[in-house]
Amino acid sequence: MNKLPLWEVFVRARRGLDHKHIGSLHASDGTQALQSARDTYTRRQEGVSIWVVEASKIHASQFEDDASFFEPAEDKIYRHPTFYDVPDELNL
Amino acid sequence: MNKEFQYVLRMGDNALILGQRMSEWCGHSPFLEEDIAMANCALDHVGRARMLLTHAGVLEQKGRTEDDLAFLRDEREFGNFLMCELPTGDYAFTMIRQYLLDAYHFYLYTELQKSSNNVLVAIAAKALKETTYHVRRSGDWVIKLGDGSEESNQRMQGALDEVWSYTGELFIADEVDDFASAEGIGPTTGLLREYWEAEVLEKLRTAKLTVPNEVWLITGGRDGIHTESMGSLLSEMQFLQRSYPGLEW
Repeated sequence: MNKLPLWEVFVRARRGLDHKHIGSLHASDGTQALQSARDTYTRRQEGVSIWVVEASKIHASQFEDDASFFEPAEDKIYRHPTFYDVPDELNL
Repeated sequence: MNKEFQYVLRMGDNALILGQRMSEWCGHSPFLEEDIAMANCALDHVGRARMLLTHAGVLEQKGRTEDDLAFLRDEREFGNFLMCELPTGDYAFTMIRQYLLDAYHFYLYTELQKSSNNVLVAIAAKALKETTYHVRRSGDWVIKLGDGSEESNQRMQGALDEVWSYTGELFIADEVDDFASAEGIGPTTGLLREYWEAEVLEKLRTAKLTVPNEVWLITGGRDGIHTESMGSLLSEMQFLQRSYPGLEW
């Protein structure tokens, strides 16, 4: 039974790329979370930089809000740039 | 006696025997993340044991390989510090042992970068990167557990009292160490002791642990006089090569 807080781990694979969520782990504090992330997620040269964030600090959208959060975007195709015809003169 | 061979062989034995003990935690550590971290660090030690034993074999000039030296020598021929072979114990004992040896290895490998032996310089450069992490990790655990709950502090103090008797051996120079320092192969044990004590005493104070005074310092490892637990460690580690000589996988 693990009572240590949960941390989310983000790893930058190479310089120039963004940090990407790679997994989570349990640790008592940020220092330990970073060290465990190093051993758990970068032991095969997966990264050059690690961020850890305590999972409880993340505010996440909720499944029951899907209808109001995301579905209204479904029928608004005019928000995509491809919806518009570009005049030939623009030479794009 | 080929003293340079002995000097390198002992370092290889320390890495091999400590790595073997650490690997006993694999699948048994207190929690998953710690299990992976401990196994990673164990592999670092086994990895440097391979390099050191291979190089020892070259220095010996009798054609022995890393495997010959690891799996086909008897207890009396191993020259590791007794501290490395002590049974794993609980996590308090494991971590205090790791920390004291990680700190020792940090200064040893730092100094070996100035060695007159170029192979040792290269091995030390790789080992130092790993050990810089090891000592940070085990040092943090010493503080967490030492300055943690009443029980964790008691367990750490008990472990420190137990293991401290074995630290004297790290700094006793015999003819092999004297040869190594005279030839510029390795640092003097006096210098290592100076660095090690400054680091360790400060850390233990921070961790609210008390160094026992007037203890009997137990020695013998480097002369092949080992503790009771060394035999069972070797029989497990060497089982395959002893039972099926020459077996490969």
